[in-house]
Amino acid sequence: MKEIKVAPIRNGTVIDHITAGQSLNVLKILGVNESTIDSTISVLIKVPSKKGAGWKDVVKVEDRELDPRMVDKIALIAPDATIVIIRDFIVAEKYKVKLDDIVSGLVKCSNPHCITNKGEPVEPEFRVIDRSSSKLRCMYCDRILTNISDNLI
Amino acid sequence: MDFYDRDIVSIKDFTREEIEELLDLSEKMVPYAMGERTWKPLSGKILGNLFFEPSTRTRLSFESAAHRLGADVIDVSEMSMTSISKGETLADTIRMVDAYCDAIVLRHPYEGAARLAAKFSINPVINAGDGAGSHPTQTLLDLFTMRSNKGSIDGLNIVLVGDLKYGRTVHSLSDALTVFGAKLTLVAPEQLQMPDDIVRNLKDKGCPVKQTDDLEAVISDADVLYVTRIQKERFPDPTEYDKVAGMYRIDNSMLREAQKDMIVMHPLPRIDEIAPEVDSTEHAKYFEQAFNGIPVRMALLKAILGGEEQ
Repeated sequence: MKEIKVAPIRNGTVIDHITAGQSLNVLKILGVNESTIDSTISVLIKVPSKKGAGWKDVVKVEDRELDPRMVDKIALIAPDATIVIIRDFIVAEKYKVKLDDIVSGLVKCSNPHCITNKGEPVEPEFRVIDRSSSKLRCMYCDRILTNISDNLI
Repeated sequence: MDFYDRDIVSIKDFTREEIEELLDLSEKMVPYAMGERTWKPLSGKILGNLFFEPSTRTRLSFESAAHRLGADVIDVSEMSMTSISKGETLADTIRMVDAYCDAIVLRHPYEGAARLAAKFSINPVINAGDGAGSHPTQTLLDLFTMRSNKGSIDGLNIVLVGDLKYGRTVHSLSDALTVFGAKLTLVAPEQLQMPDDIVRNLKDKGCPVKQTDDLEAVISDADVLYVTRIQKERFPDPTEYDKVAGMYRIDNSMLREAQKDMIVMHPLPRIDEIAPEVDSTEHAKYFEQAFNGIPVRMALLKAILGGEEQ
């Protein structure tokens, strides 16, 4: 069987070790759609992870570096992801995404009765109570946030 | 401990020592709450009562508590007469009321409203119930009622019965009881049992928790039977309500199985969960519990608003 390989990129960003199944949500965070796409994006879904026994997704975006807000959002849905910035085929920067103790203005509360969903002039804020599983508690209504990817702002 | 100028948003914001100090102060307030003695340390202070949802006990008891301590109360009795009906945000309403008084008491239909109010108010905010969220002053008066009847809360077997899914009082209360080392038995039909994440949280904190739908099987071991109303308005399908309504009805024949000094509590209003015949027994403490709202809220107001000491 012929192995299909994704070619190395000259300039751009590789988002590696994405939680398996979350790559399409990463594309959503990157704002990829028919009117914004202007370079090659490669997506690998459920490939073996060398790090451990499990699986991962990988997204390669050519000619683009991510802004910090996007990286923070990726940390919410893929807490083990690494960001690799490539410049002229060389790894210029590599770092693991990191969730701050407080997540502010990135995701809305999944509780429809939470005051932050009622047009008040506040950003939704969450306290991270479990980093490995991105478990967040709303600092207003005290509920645990469910379904983060559907509630990203 | 210094409570001056502090917001009272959730019982979880308080340590056991702080809660005990507030309960001690509540105890000292009882003769003043009953009108046997007079003390007006909050004379000249103004309390702003903002009730966006109907309330009888909480609203009246806050008013009474403020008056007993000499404070004046301003309130809005008809929300449709205010700019809220014109679409004003809660944040703006709070900033406005904040300028008119020294502390705000807020009841609101949305969860987290009191936390938001506390963020926008310079003066302290007291949460008088936010949707299905917290009701910390109810929790304090419940703890006060248990402590004053049983001496201590440590090790008590508390049976919570009724609507444990939607009832905000039982959510706040169960959390606080864990801090006090009580054992919990949660009695409800499956569809109204305590939400899983709350039960997990209680167990994580080391609280022994038992869940059942059979009240008669557990009543003999109870030190406190805390009954709540099954709220019809919470059921999208009335036939679902009919299935569980009247499932638990405390009457004298059921109480024959109970320990002699077991107390029955209820945040009120009751519908038919407790038969009127129970009212005249030694077990019934729900009206005492309702009265305790006064000394507990007096203690809170005095603690956060300061005023002269005795």
